[in-house]
Formats: sequence, C-alpha cells, structure tokens
Amino acid sequence: MSVTVWPVWGVLPVALAVLAFAVTAAILDSAAAPSGSRRLAATVFETARLLRQPRRSTPAPDALLWRIGTAGPLMVALLMAVVVPFGNGVLSNLNVGIVWFNAMDVLLWALWWLAGWGPNSMVALVGAYRFLAQALAYELPLMFALTAPAVAAASLDVTDVVAAQHHQWFIVQMPVATLVFLGSVVAYSVWGPMSHPVAADLAGGMLAEPTGIDRLVALAGRYALLAVGAAMAVALFLGGGSGPWFPAWAWSAFKTLLILAILVGVRRRVPVIRAEKFMTVAWTVVLPLILLQVLVVAILAARDASGVM
Amino acid sequence: MELVIFLAMAVLAVSSGIAVFVVDSMARATFALAVSFIAVGVELILLDMGYLGIITILMMVMEMAIMVVFMIMLMMNPGGLMPMSMFHNTRGSWLISLGTFAVLATGSLLIPWPVREGEPPADLTRALGEAIMGSKMLVMIAVSAVLFATMVSALVLSTSRGRYDS
Repeated sequence: MSVTVWPVWGVLPVALAVLAFAVTAAILDSAAAPSGSRRLAATVFETARLLRQPRRSTPAPDALLWRIGTAGPLMVALLMAVVVPFGNGVLSNLNVGIVWFNAMDVLLWALWWLAGWGPNSMVALVGAYRFLAQALAYELPLMFALTAPAVAAASLDVTDVVAAQHHQWFIVQMPVATLVFLGSVVAYSVWGPMSHPVAADLAGGMLAEPTGIDRLVALAGRYALLAVGAAMAVALFLGGGSGPWFPAWAWSAFKTLLILAILVGVRRRVPVIRAEKFMTVAWTVVLPLILLQVLVVAILAARDASGVM
Repeated sequence: MELVIFLAMAVLAVSSGIAVFVVDSMARATFALAVSFIAVGVELILLDMGYLGIITILMMVMEMAIMVVFMIMLMMNPGGLMPMSMFHNTRGSWLISLGTFAVLATGSLLIPWPVREGEPPADLTRALGEAIMGSKMLVMIAVSAVLFATMVSALVLSTSRGRYDS
C-alpha cells in the first residue's frame, strides 16, 4: 500500500474534514444527552446562539492572550492533522511526524493555561492550574504511548507506522499503549472524566468566561482535538485504512468514527476525576504499566529484527 | 521562499526576545519568550534538523508553561496591572551584553572558518540517535542520573514538610 502525499492545497479539504468530524462529535454528544433524540439539532441551535451572542468581557482582561488561548485548541487540532494519514493519503509524510504530533499536544499546555489566564477571572485561573497539574500527569504516559508504535515500526514517520501494521494491527501487540493514548487524548482535550479544569464545581473553569464566537471556537477546538486524536489512534494502533472490500478512506473514516464515538460517549459514563487523584494514578499505576508495554514492544521488535537479518 | 521564512523567523525570534523585557506582564513576558524559542525551533527545521527543531519547540513550550506558574507565584506584579520595571543592574548588563557582542562579532569576523568536509548523512534523525545511543551513551546515562538526583534533592530541600502536615 503506497502512500500518496497530497498537494499543498490539500490543507483546505483536510481542515474541512477535521471540522466535519468535530461537528459529528458534537452531534453524537448531544444525541447521547439524557433528553435523547429531541436534542439532535442542539449543535445547530447552540452554534447559531453563540454566533449571535455579543461578546461579554471581564474587568481588565488580557484580551490578546485570552483570544490566543481560546482559538488555540482548534489551531492545534488542525496542525496535528497535517501528519495524520487518512486512507492512502497524508498531507505531509514528515519523517518525524510522531514527534510533531507530540510537540503540538504540548502546545496545549500553554494554550489552555492562556485560556484560563486571559479573562482575569478567579475560576478560570484555578481551572488553568488544574489543567497544568493534569498535564503533568498525562504527558509522560502519552509520550511512552507514542514511543511504542514508533519502536515497533522502527520509524517516527506515521505513514511507516501504518505500513508496518499490514500483518497485524498494533493494538494486538500494545493494548496498554492504545488505552493510554486514548486516555491522553481525552485528557488534553479536557473532556469527560478529565474535564476537571472546566468542571461544574468551578462554574466552568477555563470555559467559564468565553462567550459568543470565542466560546464557539473553544468548544469546536475541543471536539476537533478529540476527532484528530481518534484519527491518529486509528493510524497508530488500528492499521490505518486497512480492511477488506471497502476503499482505504472508507475504512479510515469508519474506524475514526467508531473511536470518536467511544471518546465522546465516555463523557456520560465516567465521573470527573480530580487532578491530584489522577496524578497519583498516572504516576504510580499508568506510568509503570506503559513502561512495561514499551519494554515488551522493544523485545518483540529486537527479536523480529534479529530474525530477519 | 525558505530564505524569506528564515529571515522572518529570525526577526520574530529577536523581536519577541526584546518583547520579553518591554511588556510589563509576567504572562506576556513568559509567552513572548516561548514565541522566541518556537521561532528558533522553526529555524532548526529549515536547516533540515527536523527532530531537533520540533523537540526544541516541545521542550521550550512545556518549560514556559511550568515557568509561568512559578513566575506568577513569586513576582510582585504578575498581571501587569501595576507599572513595574523589568530591569535591574542596567549599567552592568549593558557592559556585559555589549562586551559579549563585541567579542563574538570580532571572533566571527577573524576566525578562519573551516571548509566543509564530507556530506551530511541522509537521515539526520537516525545519525543523531546513533550518536546519543552509541558513543555518547555513557555521558547521557551519567548526566540523567545527576539531573534526576538534583531535582529530587531540590524538592526535598524545599519541602521540609508535606502539604498536609501541621
């Protein structure tokens, strides 16, 4: 299966695809709400409401940093999508694509914090500090979860990782890394069980103050992060576009939607975990587990390499 | 095209570096510094050192996000709501910076620059990994142990009591 590198104008269709998946995530989320199918159009209504809502500000905000913070997550999702293969194509087969993805998710440390700092509001700033605590907890496991497929494929290029799975999907060999990656996507998207920084006990935390278009962009960014994270999980662990009968793009879309539905659905199944409790679990349970996972993957990769040569 | 981006990033790196000292908000100063580092990272990417460039961006942004916590905790005027000077020892720092610039600039003009020998390897990331994991492995292991011990002892020294002890 050869990889097509899309031309530069491909950024527009890719951006539209990211937005389409983000909107799908929002619709799935409102469909799962307790009031059920009547809320299917809630995404449309909420978008229209936020577009019409005048921007409300706070006393002495740092408007520049605040705008950067609320628009940032969507930008990060789009920048991540540059290296995520979809079907047989990818926008850039950067030879260090996995490191690029990792660097982009680290940008969220700064951006979510700025979203909390900008409005000069107490609850927002507390939310921002909660996010940094949460980020310290998930980042190392996430880095090792990204390391595992790179070790198995002997490449930092995401398209090589997809190509290395034509015998067996990596989820078989590295179930822990798959789960940790998906958990980290939820955590950096500040979603569901990891939404402590925007939790109701803080009146919305980092998302307490943004209104109108700012709020719309911030919420869209969260859904887009989930969508791109799901697509990356498909490329890293679920064999990318491989599958019988249907074309590669259809398999990529199907698998991405499946993972996205799981990520969105987890919100109403698992309670919010406080940042400090998450920290304890992440460093005492998850980190040793993912290190063992990388060890197993490395031994398997070394055995394969010595067997071939 | 690459030259234009390179120059733009060079200007951005220097000007956001200057902005660190011009703005009077700790948050703005921190993230102006982050922007400066990101511009340097992009320069490295343009020099075909993709891995080093992206790692620079990754590490520096993470570092600034942690640093801003401490800056806001420790500085008198975190939000820039009250006027405050970001300078101290101005005369000394002028002398030091002008002296350093003079030494480096004359050095760069006077040094006999070496002629390039050989070609860069095809995969720079692999060459870097082999250098770190091969001949320099002992240094890396020693340095990482020392760094880790430093961090743990700094934490132990700074927290004589736990958070919930009375």
